[in-house]
Amino acid sequence: MKRSNALPLLPIITLLAMLGPVIAGLVGTVLPAFGHLPATGLTGPTLAPFRDLFDWAGLPRAVLLSISTGLIATSLSLAIVMLVTAGWSGTRPFRTLERLLSPLLSVPHAAAAFGLAFLIAPSGWGSRLFSPVLTGWDRPPDLLIVQDTWGLTLTLGLIVKEVPFLLLITLAALGQTDAKRSVTIAQALGYGRVTGWLKTVFPRVYAQIRPPIYVVLVYSMSVVDAAVILGPNTPPSLSVQIVKWMSDPDLAMRLEGAAGALLQLGLVVGALALWRFGEVVAAHLGRKWIATGARGSCDPIVANLALVAGAGSALIVLLGIVVLAIWSFAGFWVFPDAFPDSFTLRNWTRFGPGTLDALYETALIAVTAALIALILTIGCLEAEYRYGLLFSQRAVWLLYLPLLIPQTAFLPGLQTLMLNIGADVGRVPVIIAHLVFVLPYVFLSLADPFRAWDGRMGVIASALGASPNGVLWRARLPMLLRPVLTALAVGLAVSVGQYLPTLLIGGGRVATLTTEAVALASGGDRRAIGVYGLMQTGAALVPFTLALLIPTLVWRNRRGVLHG
Amino acid sequence: MDKGLSLQDVTIMKEGVALLSVSHDIASDEVLTIMGPSGVGKSTLLAFVTGTLAADFTATGRVFLDGHDITNAPPHLRRVGILFQDDLLFPHLSVGANLAFGLLSGGTAAARQDKVEEALREVGLEGFADRDPATLSGGQKARIALMRMLLSEPCALLLDEPFSRLDATLRAQVREMVFDRAKARGLPVLMVTHDAEDALAAGGVIIELGS
Repeated sequence: MKRSNALPLLPIITLLAMLGPVIAGLVGTVLPAFGHLPATGLTGPTLAPFRDLFDWAGLPRAVLLSISTGLIATSLSLAIVMLVTAGWSGTRPFRTLERLLSPLLSVPHAAAAFGLAFLIAPSGWGSRLFSPVLTGWDRPPDLLIVQDTWGLTLTLGLIVKEVPFLLLITLAALGQTDAKRSVTIAQALGYGRVTGWLKTVFPRVYAQIRPPIYVVLVYSMSVVDAAVILGPNTPPSLSVQIVKWMSDPDLAMRLEGAAGALLQLGLVVGALALWRFGEVVAAHLGRKWIATGARGSCDPIVANLALVAGAGSALIVLLGIVVLAIWSFAGFWVFPDAFPDSFTLRNWTRFGPGTLDALYETALIAVTAALIALILTIGCLEAEYRYGLLFSQRAVWLLYLPLLIPQTAFLPGLQTLMLNIGADVGRVPVIIAHLVFVLPYVFLSLADPFRAWDGRMGVIASALGASPNGVLWRARLPMLLRPVLTALAVGLAVSVGQYLPTLLIGGGRVATLTTEAVALASGGDRRAIGVYGLMQTGAALVPFTLALLIPTLVWRNRRGVLHG
Repeated sequence: MDKGLSLQDVTIMKEGVALLSVSHDIASDEVLTIMGPSGVGKSTLLAFVTGTLAADFTATGRVFLDGHDITNAPPHLRRVGILFQDDLLFPHLSVGANLAFGLLSGGTAAARQDKVEEALREVGLEGFADRDPATLSGGQKARIALMRMLLSEPCALLLDEPFSRLDATLRAQVREMVFDRAKARGLPVLMVTHDAEDALAAGGVIIELGS
């Protein structure tokens, strides 16, 4: 009976766990931004922090970087995914691309960023493969490719990581639109594949994937780990600079950091408004385009370009992992040799023990956060099922809310707030902070399969005398083993990849694979980065592999569960 | 009335609009058939009787089973068995475990095992206990679904278009089996269908709804 009383509370607890830290963090940002920081003996309100912020010479460039990387990365990855889907969905190349991209989704941003840097840097693998035969270089050329002033490499790094995300989201949305028949009709009316898809299916798909697109925009504008690795230094993007201020030994710098965080929030809100306006304009132009009756004479070219871009972004991430692996085993490797002189285990014996400590910390945090998220998610979905609660489209936005507020806007505030109330930093607060980002992804991953479960199975089970808990444990969860484990793996991967919450809320004392790997960025020891990057990728990928394997093994003699 | 399933002034509503009303006593060896096109709320009536009405429906009236008012009883304590057009065997359980899921709890493991074997024998499927339900034919699945339901010793039987997925020859066979078993155990049967042949074969009162 105790359990059935707790169940209705779970949705409220879940909301609190997701939004509580965000709101507390925003409050903790606003106060110091106006000069109120009792821990340092400062009390506001004053506009001095903003004056300091606007006096910083790097501000215009930092603001511009935030806006340009966000808008360019989001629109290009969206364009690639939409055009690839338009031109190729249902074909063999599309299925190959889909299989290639699904595992890449879990590759942490930092590892993918290191991989990209190792590929395209002047002394990177790309340059080594073609030197000196094609390029004539026997020394790495003096070019600023990685960490370029305009953030182009950072933008590229974001695109190759967002393409798999948006593609999988799009595939899920396609299942709920009558895409195939619409395209067939359009083609019968003489429309090209791409044009027909864009004119008939795109509006429906876009309406469904709008929240995750906004998430991509917010993330790309305010990313820190990938920006530390790939972004410019002088000045860095606004979010990186905020973290620098927040990590400054001089506590007064936190005021400027908090003002920067509020500015970052304002930029994101502005960019979202701009994007929304862009949607209206695009819809207007789209309707005009449809009315012209243009059949799409360039469709094959567009489709092929999109496929090249999609496959290219998959290839970059894949080759990036390969080059991380090569470096982790590399002995002596001089430029411009394409491969090291020898392969050795020395790097692993040297850095391995350190990565194991970090792996332990990473796993402890990830497993705890993901399990809590899974239990809360199942509780929410079960409460919804048992009490017949119906969630509106608006409630879905609540799930996306923690992902739509830039991490740099509320995590510094959360840290400052904890400082003010004298709370200890460390592992437990880090887990709570991870939960904010793990919960939405676990919920979004499990919600559809959980709700799609045939309710008549539940009617049958209770007609056979199974109690509501019996139905859940004996029928529903066993049948949903694969989606449950997949959701858990999603949660683990999200937690493994977290950089900023671990760094800020852990107060620099919680060392995970991600914080350790990003910390190596400035040192430039490629062998160490190779080892840490590979471990980080493994920590995110292994759970996904298990989530595929375990149900296949458990249900090997129960075909109906996985293919029913 | 003591034995049987009694629907007293039951009205099913969707968003306040009445879909159907039924008031009828089904004696312990009778079949009541409700006929009508899809969307008229037939299955919803059964959901009301099993206690699993979806949130967007409301209902008034009372349901009595063997003299007890079960209108507000929790679904798993109602002793009302139901069969759908799909067999809905639990895909994660073996055929034997599906039957054991239905079997009332209690008794030794050996005694429970014996009851499962006996149920398999009754429908000519000896030795199927360890089989994966996915490997069974449509007719075999239908028989297991029936026996699983009967092992839970229900006091009434609900049928929701139970034969419409079966092909013609199988259909008559399974239908006869279901009605025979229900009669042998003295169960009141409430069937909803849109198939006139099923309704005639049931041999009881037929209520036709909307058109």
